[in-house]
Amino acid sequence: MSSILAADGLTVAYGDRTIVNDVDLAIDARERIALVGPNGAGKSTLLRALTGVLRPRSGTVMLQGIPIEAVDSKTVARTIAVVPELSQLPFAMEVQEVVALGRLPHDPPLSGSRPADRDAVVAAMERVGVTHLAERDARRLSTGERQLVYVAIALAQAAPILVLDEPTAHLDIRHQVEIMQLLVDLNERDGRTIVAVLHDLALAAHFFPRVALMSAGRIVADGPPASTLDAGHIRGVFGVDPALVRLPVGAA
Amino acid sequence: MTARTLPTDRHHSGLSGWLRGRPGAIAAGGLVLLGFLMVAGVTIGTTAIGPGDTLAVVLHRLLGLDLGGSWTTATETIVWELRLPRVLTAAVVGAGLAVAGATFQGIVRNPLADPYVLGTSSGAALGAAIGILLPVSFVAIQIGIVNVLAFIGAVAAALLVFRLGGAGRAGGMTRLLLTGYAVGSILAAFLTMAMYVSGANLRAIFTFLLGGLAGASWDRLFLAAPLILGGCLAIGLRARAIDGLLLGDAAASHLGVDVKRERGILLVLASMTTAAAVAITGLIGFVGLVVPHVVRLLVGASARRVVPLSAIAGAILLTAADLVARMLGDLPVGVVMAMLGAPFFLVLLHQTRSGYEL
Repeated sequence: MSSILAADGLTVAYGDRTIVNDVDLAIDARERIALVGPNGAGKSTLLRALTGVLRPRSGTVMLQGIPIEAVDSKTVARTIAVVPELSQLPFAMEVQEVVALGRLPHDPPLSGSRPADRDAVVAAMERVGVTHLAERDARRLSTGERQLVYVAIALAQAAPILVLDEPTAHLDIRHQVEIMQLLVDLNERDGRTIVAVLHDLALAAHFFPRVALMSAGRIVADGPPASTLDAGHIRGVFGVDPALVRLPVGAA
Repeated sequence: MTARTLPTDRHHSGLSGWLRGRPGAIAAGGLVLLGFLMVAGVTIGTTAIGPGDTLAVVLHRLLGLDLGGSWTTATETIVWELRLPRVLTAAVVGAGLAVAGATFQGIVRNPLADPYVLGTSSGAALGAAIGILLPVSFVAIQIGIVNVLAFIGAVAAALLVFRLGGAGRAGGMTRLLLTGYAVGSILAAFLTMAMYVSGANLRAIFTFLLGGLAGASWDRLFLAAPLILGGCLAIGLRARAIDGLLLGDAAASHLGVDVKRERGILLVLASMTTAAAVAITGLIGFVGLVVPHVVRLLVGASARRVVPLSAIAGAILLTAADLVARMLGDLPVGVVMAMLGAPFFLVLLHQTRSGYEL
């Protein structure tokens, strides 16, 4: 089976600092994969290279079998939706206006939004359960609400691949679980491919059937959480006593 | 997802809610108002000229039609050589400054940005001051050396700021803004020097700094209008890039926007528009900063609505302000705009229940 998104010998470096080092990673359509690893392991940089916004020093990224730099940026944006980081908006904007920004890769440049765009925005807000916030000022939401709205932006983009970088950072436990359940549902019910960088190993182990572990720019383990998040890797990669980390896969 | 039953916010009732969903209606209404103001601008003045005579003069000059009206040569001169170019200049410059302001606010992601953030104002003022102080007085293609040097000064200042501020770099917007401030300060220091030694020419420099439409002429308009209107049109066609940047650089690139390229192009277009505007009317403030915010309050923040509607609203504001300024004995238009426009803006800010904190 050919992968929907694949890195082959991918190396990313700034000057003489190598951030991502010779990474091979093949992601199949409808897969759900979590990237974990210590701070500075290169997870976010790998995501940026995988999504085509960062040029690798060497190696290739193939999107649906085509080198990603050969795919025009609008088509990439219609194939890979990245949930934006929670930056401050410069102007007051309604939630529905913010979600509508996800339609940019689909809009014809001159005419305004079409009925299909409006439908996609409404559907995306419904899917993540923020319809009741539609007319609220997006800058006055709680962090949990805002994270859901930003996921809705990516859903409105209607791309088969959904990429998230730390979607549960700053969220309380209920919102963390809510986001995880949404991702599982989007993957299992809608068939979206999910690629997420996560810090919380327990969430990764519980909600993701495949976990790739990064350390110092390399993928050191890749597979079901029971094998990648075992005691040896926890101690070796994170330098933490595995007994302190209680994972649902029984790593400790 | 658990179903939540929070009450939906209800600030979209009544007229503002109706308007918000109908940018087309706002644009149409705005154009009608602009047309009305422009007719009034040509008709009203120290010499009152009826709309019939005005129309007859315009048709006569434009199409060679003779409607058999009986106007004097003086009337024809007032309408054709003075008021019509002035009214059109007000509309074009107002539109250009408002669009440039909306563009700068969007690409530097700062609601306090105005068309002059990149030092164009200081560059233009210094250029104009040099033009005023030069002992020569040549006239290039019927526009004065002051206008030419003001344009060159504005463009040079913007280019210098791009170059020093790393305009193409991702996330370098704070650096660009601070560079604009620093370069502007240096140029302003030279301007102050120029004013200090200007002697009898001080009033001319001061007039440029205040900005105004008294110097409007067909020649100046014909040179500046293509740059201003062309710039506005090109920015309007790229408004989706400004929309992408609302969420930040990274998100914009993930939405398919070539951030570096689009931002560079937009900065150049907005600077060119601003430079052409200040070259013919001097430094007119307020319109570029405030009009985009008024439009956002009406129709939301999407640049694909804000840019075209800012053009119309900017044209309306400057045309109206110039009309009032002339009726009050040719006050500086910037003064009138601030005295009438700022209270209106304050009322609007106060009435917007959705909140608009910066």
